Amino acid sequence: MELFYRYQDLAPQLVPLDYTSCPDVKVPYELIGTMPELKDNPFRLRIAQVFSEDGDGHMTLNNFLDMFSVMSEMAPRDLKAYYAFKIYDFNNDDYICMWDLEQTVTKLTRGELSAEEVSLVCEKVLDEADGDHDGRLSLEDFQNMILRAPDFLSTFHIRI
Amino acid sequence: MSHRPQGLGEEGDRSGRRPSRKPAPKAEGVTGRCGGPAGQEWAKGSPRPDSPQRKQVEHKRHREELGKQKRSTARRTREGRKKKNGKASLKEQRASPKKEKEVPKKEMWKQLKKRRSPSLASSASAGESLSEEELARILEQVEEKKKLITHMRNKPWPMAKKLTELREAQEFVEKYEGALGKGKGKRLYAYRMLMTKKWIKFKRDFDNFKTQCIPWEMKIKDIESHFGSSVASYFIFLRWMYGVNLVLFGLIFGLVIIPEVLMGMPYGSIPRKTVPRAEEERAMDFSVLWDFEGYIKYSALFYGYYNDQRTIGWLRYRLPMAYFMVGVSVFGYSLMIVIRSMASNTQGGTSEGEGDNFTFSFKMFTSWDYLIGNSETADNKYVSITTSFKESIVDEQESNKEENIHLTRFLRVLANFLIICCLCGSGYLIYFVVKRSQEFSKMQNVSWYERNEVEIVMSLLGMFCPPLFETIAALENYHPRIGLKWQLGRIFALFLGNLYTFLLALMDDVHLKLSNEEKIKNITHWTLFNYYNSSGWNESVPRPPLHPADVPRGSCWETAVGIEFVRLTVSDMLVTYITILVGDFLRACFVRFMNYCWCWDLEAGFPSYAEFDISGNVLGLIFNQGMIWMGSFYAPGLVGINVLRLLTSMYFQCWAVMSSNVPHERVFKASRSNNFYMGLLLLVLFLSLLPVAYTIMSLPPSFDCGPFSGKNRMYDVIQETVENDFPTFLGKIFAFIANPGLIIPAILLMFLAIYYLNSVSKTLSRANAQLRKKIQALREVEKSHKSVKGRATARDSEDTAKGSSKNATKAGTMPHSASQSQTLGKKAQGPGTSSSASGTMLPASSHLPISRPAGIRPDPGHAGPQTHPGRSASRKSAQRPPH
Repeated sequence: MELFYRYQDLAPQLVPLDYTSCPDVKVPYELIGTMPELKDNPFRLRIAQVFSEDGDGHMTLNNFLDMFSVMSEMAPRDLKAYYAFKIYDFNNDDYICMWDLEQTVTKLTRGELSAEEVSLVCEKVLDEADGDHDGRLSLEDFQNMILRAPDFLSTFHIRI
Repeated sequence: MSHRPQGLGEEGDRSGRRPSRKPAPKAEGVTGRCGGPAGQEWAKGSPRPDSPQRKQVEHKRHREELGKQKRSTARRTREGRKKKNGKASLKEQRASPKKEKEVPKKEMWKQLKKRRSPSLASSASAGESLSEEELARILEQVEEKKKLITHMRNKPWPMAKKLTELREAQEFVEKYEGALGKGKGKRLYAYRMLMTKKWIKFKRDFDNFKTQCIPWEMKIKDIESHFGSSVASYFIFLRWMYGVNLVLFGLIFGLVIIPEVLMGMPYGSIPRKTVPRAEEERAMDFSVLWDFEGYIKYSALFYGYYNDQRTIGWLRYRLPMAYFMVGVSVFGYSLMIVIRSMASNTQGGTSEGEGDNFTFSFKMFTSWDYLIGNSETADNKYVSITTSFKESIVDEQESNKEENIHLTRFLRVLANFLIICCLCGSGYLIYFVVKRSQEFSKMQNVSWYERNEVEIVMSLLGMFCPPLFETIAALENYHPRIGLKWQLGRIFALFLGNLYTFLLALMDDVHLKLSNEEKIKNITHWTLFNYYNSSGWNESVPRPPLHPADVPRGSCWETAVGIEFVRLTVSDMLVTYITILVGDFLRACFVRFMNYCWCWDLEAGFPSYAEFDISGNVLGLIFNQGMIWMGSFYAPGLVGINVLRLLTSMYFQCWAVMSSNVPHERVFKASRSNNFYMGLLLLVLFLSLLPVAYTIMSLPPSFDCGPFSGKNRMYDVIQETVENDFPTFLGKIFAFIANPGLIIPAILLMFLAIYYLNSVSKTLSRANAQLRKKIQALREVEKSHKSVKGRATARDSEDTAKGSSKNATKAGTMPHSASQSQTLGKKAQGPGTSSSASGTMLPASSHLPISRPAGIRPDPGHAGPQTHPGRSASRKSAQRPPH
């Protein structure tokens, strides 16, 4: 319920109160991204894209609910790991490759690291987590790694 | 996926208006139609081969499969309760009376249905009503469904699918749960569920509250994000110290000072609580008070104020006993807390060791806190992430650097030699100066310099030696973290000299006072005697007793020691603050504002901004704490002063760091377990325990002040209490325990225990290391495996993998889409190879995960399909140890 009102608040002109009648309303990303929970997140675009149906960041209420159920602290870590993988997989090829890693680092540091440092970090990450040495992280590699992270669960959630 | 629009509609239904139960008749109708899923799930829920109903179950399942398509229409019956299970159970509870009415009808329906279909009828032939067995089975089923409901979240399905599934399951549970429990039990059950939910929520809120209650967390996080974790570690240490002091303060204040103030004799009643006549007129002057003389000296803040009455007040509070016990327990508590935090730090350190493999990955993927919803915090977070990346890069580069080991080694030896020379020189200098000062103290009319020579030399050493050490340490070229430790150790050695001179001077003073004491005692007696005897002319009227201020009294060395410590603490505090103010703040102001009109760049050039001096600050804190520990026995108020000091310095230093310091050039990560600080603290605690224990054990207390006056030794108070207040047999037991014949074996036993535990822990850590090595080896094997396989199958499976994984993600049902794609790829690729044969064969040999790769490597081209099962098996076995 609460979520629904939040959703509606985002775009009062788009979402009618009686949601039953027109279920296919979408809220554009520009509005999703301004939620206080998301507006400072460097990955907000990715989050919206992952949870939206066709990857453009526009969300229906169902997508919206999905997002917050995954991000809630009750969601299990396997599920979270799965979606985290999708979020970090920038080009949607089901592998986290070098380019994805560079994107991640750049977003995390707002581009304050030099190019060599970024590439060094990316190489180290691949070196550590890449189980099959194919130069990219598969979902398995990622899960293997992330499930051992001590504070993955505590950081990967949004409280609403 | 075909239910999606419908699900959406229901979603709207759910959220659009407040969920309300549908009228009973409709629900009933649904039940009739929906008997099906129940049967199906039931069959799934009890797949026991030994059950006699298995065959019928098969029948039923078949039948239900047929009816499944129809059922989809029946799904939109109940309102969806997505995740508000708490609400749901509440509603359930509310609705339970209604449902109880429904139950018989449902049962009827079921019975009818069973009679209609032959297979069901036979299954129900055991009895007209539900048999025990059936009940049990339904119960199982309900559990199953409930499990599904609770695990619904775990599945990466889109919301619509979840909703339909959930609705189905919930409907089922609701329907049959009523059949199982009696009305009362059910309500109880619902109530209990509600309570558990509430409890969990409460616990979570409480945890949040607790984290919010950690003082200065935001400040420290702020500093950490700007200056790195090493500077923050100082502040964390400061905070910890504040907590410890607060406890000590509570102990001393609650058990000694407050009882004395409330129940003890008031000020001015006896000589020890009165300012002597000679000092009286100046006792309120600020300059006197500033030296902690005058009224402050004769207050409950110091040892001398306390009376030696065995019990005080109407509570018969045994103050001397309490004083002694508090003094002992201050040390006991400090020792315990330091050792405990050291132990917990080491524990944290060992569990952390596993994560070393993934430093960068963790940093990259888990460092962003998705909770951050505040742009300022977000800014800090960006900065701190960048800093932490830099820290890790520095670490990495350090570990990679391997140049000219001989030169480094030579330089390090040289540096250590130089520093040892420095330390020896300064030690000798101190020794020399102290000797001289002892000579000076015997002489008359010494000059100002000669009187203060020790202090001047000490502060000069303290000022010049640390930078000197730092310069020498630059030779060594250590990693900054190790460098910091060396620096700390060296300055520590220097400070020990400081402490030693201080204590030596103090001891001399005490001995001097003790030797004078006998004389003063006689004088006092004589005065009193004279006073009373001289009144001989009128013996019937006793003269008023001598005014307490006029009684001559001893020097009370305990109070003198206490005052010395208090003075030292306060002056130390002031010096620290002034140094910060002048050295950091004014310098920063100067650099900042004069930079516009100066001939060179002040910010980048010579003065620049100050860096935060971690080693100096930590050591200052530790030594200050040593002073507190030593002085708190003689000046109970000292801990209160220290609490204030720590509080102010927390705010003041936080402000100073943020306003006028710059981060270190090489930002480095503090070791998470700051056991090094703790080790130093423990050492200081031990060193400060020694003099106090010495004075308690072997010096006689002053005869006319303090709670132990009149006794031969301070610890006699225990003996006295045991003798007078405990039954006699306890006294005997104490005497027996104190027997050396018992103490020595006890100590021996303790040593043995320590030895045993030590060896056990060593064995365990060795086993741990071996296991880790094994895991590492397995991972290596796995890697080589995968790389072999990857090369072989990369080109073959690329297209199929893409296709299948796309399918998988579209369906959104498979969390292991990658693994699925691999298996798909395998199937598509190798129908001709012996994939099926190897599939059956490999599980048998999967207990030899290490022996596999040897067999596989020779034929990499052929290995594609074959390695899959073996690899997965080996991964399973590799993953087992950590779990």
